[in-house]
Amino acid sequence: MDFELMINSFPKLLNAAVITLKLLSVSLIVGLFIGLFFSILRLNKNIFVNKFAYGYSYVFRGTPLLVQIFIIYFGLGQIEYLRSTLLWVILKEPYWCAIIAFALNTGAYTSEILRSAFQTIKPGIIEAGQSLGISSKIIFYKIQIPIAIRQSLPAYGNEIILMMKGTSLASTVTIMDLTGVAKYIISTTFKPIEVFIVAGGIYLFMTFIIHNVIKFLEKKYSFN
Amino acid sequence: MELLAFGDTGWGDELFRATLMTIAVSITAMLIGFSFAAIFTPLKLSKFKSLNLIANIYTTVIRGVPELLVIYLFFFGGSGAVMFVASMFGYNEYIEINAFVTGSFAIGIISGAYSTEVFRGAIQSIDKGQFEASKVLGFSKFKQFYKIILPQMLRLAIPNLSNVWQITLKDTSLISVTGLVEIMRQSYIAAGSTRDPLFFYSFAAVLYLLLTFLSMKLINKLEVKYSRGY
Repeated sequence: MDFELMINSFPKLLNAAVITLKLLSVSLIVGLFIGLFFSILRLNKNIFVNKFAYGYSYVFRGTPLLVQIFIIYFGLGQIEYLRSTLLWVILKEPYWCAIIAFALNTGAYTSEILRSAFQTIKPGIIEAGQSLGISSKIIFYKIQIPIAIRQSLPAYGNEIILMMKGTSLASTVTIMDLTGVAKYIISTTFKPIEVFIVAGGIYLFMTFIIHNVIKFLEKKYSFN
Repeated sequence: MELLAFGDTGWGDELFRATLMTIAVSITAMLIGFSFAAIFTPLKLSKFKSLNLIANIYTTVIRGVPELLVIYLFFFGGSGAVMFVASMFGYNEYIEINAFVTGSFAIGIISGAYSTEVFRGAIQSIDKGQFEASKVLGFSKFKQFYKIILPQMLRLAIPNLSNVWQITLKDTSLISVTGLVEIMRQSYIAAGSTRDPLFFYSFAAVLYLLLTFLSMKLINKLEVKYSRGY
């Protein structure tokens, strides 16, 4: 055991963890909106809209995240037309490519979580709103969405942790996040176990925090 | 389509072999995962707190740390660990482990942590009366497990195991960083030499979709088979 290396690499890895958290938070926020949008499409009665939303979530949940990142980072740059548009400013940066891939990926899972939450809302609650003369728009925003969010908290908490682990793939497109820096230190010192303990410890700590925040929120917004 | 031709002119046969490799790694990893689950599930359900703790550390650490980090640990540390064990038996030459073994072991350990949780949940949700009845009827411990608990456990576990299989299958794409030529690595090579990454990575996505789709069909059949009588 090389304790000196563990102590020396700790601040470097901690700095890299900040990048991991940035990637995570931005993609979660964008992904939440994508997920909400597609879950509403899933509930639409029009079969084409419905099938389109189902296809989106099927494709993004059925393929590895690594393929999605590579298609966006390496693949889209190949299209000549894209290079001439304003989008290229975003797509040439590995950081934004990773975030787009993460957001689309977590959006697909989130849409499934929210869809099942919307479907488990008891019809009586909506009927009660209708009989009170509340417009269907306000019923949706003020009654259905808050209940759905509470319903989906446990599953969404799992999704946040899965996504945090997913951000490690950003290291494959040259971003120096926690895993990227860990790999760099391992490949220069050849001390995999020490670095794994420190980097893994930081990841576990973040998992622990997320887990407890979700638990707290669940308690706070529980129905009884 | 020319790019996918079989033979020397296209990448069809290479990608076909890579797909078989992905399937082989996934199945090996899944089986390694089962053997880990066979060790850790009893530990999780044991009466002894210290044994519970060991199993809990295993599942918590593996499920809380990114798969890629675990793969790097095995990739860089695997041959070192094997050489250390070998040196205790007086063998001091350099040993290189091939990428298939490292990869399926790394993914297997990850998959094992998920399988352990699935089996634990399945055993815990079997009615207590089943354990008691089998004991009262005088079955041996071995028969109790194989004839009464296991069939019921499998029925409850299969839907969740199909999730574990999906995760395992998708995780194998990460082994490409160690150089094992599976779908992802082969697409990377093909994309590099033809300068057509969009096509090859999209094709890789289609292959993965096909694999998940077909395996779901198969698992659904298994599910029907094991829920006969319910």
